[in-house]
Amino acid sequence: MKEIKSDKGPIIQVKDLVKKFGNFVAVDHLTFEVNKGEIFGFLGANGAGKTTAIRMLCGLLEPTSGALRVAGFDGYHQREEIKRNIGYMSQKFSLYEDLTVYENFRLYAGIYGIPRKERIRKTDELLRKLNLEESRDKLVGGLPLGWKQKLAFSLALFHNPAVVFLDEPSGGVDPLTRRTFWDLIYEVAHQGVTIFVTTHYMDEAEYCNRVAIMSEGKIVALDTPAALKSFYKTDSMDGVFLKIARNKE
Amino acid sequence: MNQLLGFVKKEFTHIFRDSRTMVILFGIPIIQLMLFGYVITTEIKDARIAILDHSNDNVTREIKNKILSSGYFRLDANLMNENEIDPIFKKGNVKEVIIFERNFAQRLEREGTVNVQVIADASDPNTAQMLYNYTNGIVQDYTKKKYAGFTIPLQIKSEVRMLYNENMVGAFMYVPGTMALILMLISAMMTSITIAREKEMGTMEILLVSPLKATHIVLGKVAPYLLLSIIDAIVVVCLGNMVFGVPIRGSIFVLAFLVILYITMALSLGILISTVANSQQVAMFISGFALMLPTILLSGFIFPIENMPYPLQLLSNFMPPRWFIDALKQVMLKGNGLAYIWPNVLILSTMTTVFLVLSIKKFRLRLE
Repeated sequence: MKEIKSDKGPIIQVKDLVKKFGNFVAVDHLTFEVNKGEIFGFLGANGAGKTTAIRMLCGLLEPTSGALRVAGFDGYHQREEIKRNIGYMSQKFSLYEDLTVYENFRLYAGIYGIPRKERIRKTDELLRKLNLEESRDKLVGGLPLGWKQKLAFSLALFHNPAVVFLDEPSGGVDPLTRRTFWDLIYEVAHQGVTIFVTTHYMDEAEYCNRVAIMSEGKIVALDTPAALKSFYKTDSMDGVFLKIARNKE
Repeated sequence: MNQLLGFVKKEFTHIFRDSRTMVILFGIPIIQLMLFGYVITTEIKDARIAILDHSNDNVTREIKNKILSSGYFRLDANLMNENEIDPIFKKGNVKEVIIFERNFAQRLEREGTVNVQVIADASDPNTAQMLYNYTNGIVQDYTKKKYAGFTIPLQIKSEVRMLYNENMVGAFMYVPGTMALILMLISAMMTSITIAREKEMGTMEILLVSPLKATHIVLGKVAPYLLLSIIDAIVVVCLGNMVFGVPIRGSIFVLAFLVILYITMALSLGILISTVANSQQVAMFISGFALMLPTILLSGFIFPIENMPYPLQLLSNFMPPRWFIDALKQVMLKGNGLAYIWPNVLILSTMTTVFLVLSIKKFRLRLE
């Protein structure tokens, strides 16, 4: 079953992926691939099956049928390995607000079994990079939202995952902060980390290399933002989204 | 293992940084114990009474002196006639009125029998019953001593001895009960709240996508509370012993075993609650309503189970605190060992297993 992780080729492979809850089909024959270092946008209205799809990709949920490989590991039998090789950042940023910045790092490092020496080196490095050195011993709860966002992102990357899942990573953050956050995402993607991002903000969708739009458990469109815009003859992702919604009716 | 240690450490940090949690963990047990020990007492002290003495002779005076010097009663008013009785009860200060009939000493001498009427405010029936018993006891005692020389033929005397609690100290009853309540509060309520908090804050998602196993997450959340609950149990037992004189006649090891078993049961209940509660408030409500009330009402903590209607008696069988309190009293007051409390241990163990299996199953299901 073990497969050698290659540097080339898709890092996420999904073929005819189905998830049923009783009679309800939450995810209906998804097929797509995400390449290494790609920023892949995953869009869709609430209840479109996005969350269910991500939960399967993260190894939280076993698929009903279809093929799924994430970071070279099988979505049925190697869910624990998948978990070890992905990072995850939720829309609530999910930091422990009553712990200090440093303590949050220590906790995550501990959960992923990162050795002490490496942890200390990496924490210092990241704090310097994020300009958070002075806030090292401050409680996370008191930090501005933009800082928390960056911090949550760094934590998701702390154990050097191959893929990072960002579940609406910019909820409640102003456009300027969003922009600087995306600079960070680009930098990480450039280093070869695959970014899988869901979002409600259409400006964020424009930043992605490719975008998949889900509706009623199916992918209804998948291409680069530019190609989607020209196909639907509109000049923004907003327009694409609206036209797809209208076509459905 | 290191993963788990870091996680437990973090849990302790949460607890020690939150002043409210600290108050619940260490303030409430002490306050509760003191409240139950001192306030809800079944002993009578300085109860206010009124006396209506129609004869006011040397016999009634002697009886009155004896009653008022007993320490149980305090004279609130001397009444002049029957019309005053009703208003004085309505005012509510006086709990009991004692009436001596006319020509008390004379009648006693001539007819050999005379009546003392006791009227008690039975809006609080337990107190009324107790006041009457105390009054009656004093009057009986007086006659017995005064007429010790007279032999009354064929008298049957019952002598009562209160085993295990000779002085009928209320704390003997309330300390085990309070222990059951406090451990339930800390173990079940606090764990369910702390797990619900992770869900509310979204940090549970992060833990779930991490390589931590579900059992590790649960264990990491629960372990600190197990330790703190044990500390609380020690505090309650020590305070009960030093402040209220509640003895520990049985083996310390049996007591410790019993307490840890009960805590484990409560912790698994807490996990079970947290699998259905998605917010701290819901968790608090469920544990408050579903655990605290039955613990107080149906466990024999305050109200004797034998006096309950039959359906409630049946229901009380399903209340874990009932078996814990009973076993606790046996060990602490009677000095019984496992030979006597094994049925309780068996029942509590079964309950613990059921809750544990259910909660782990449900927790796993939640992940799906």
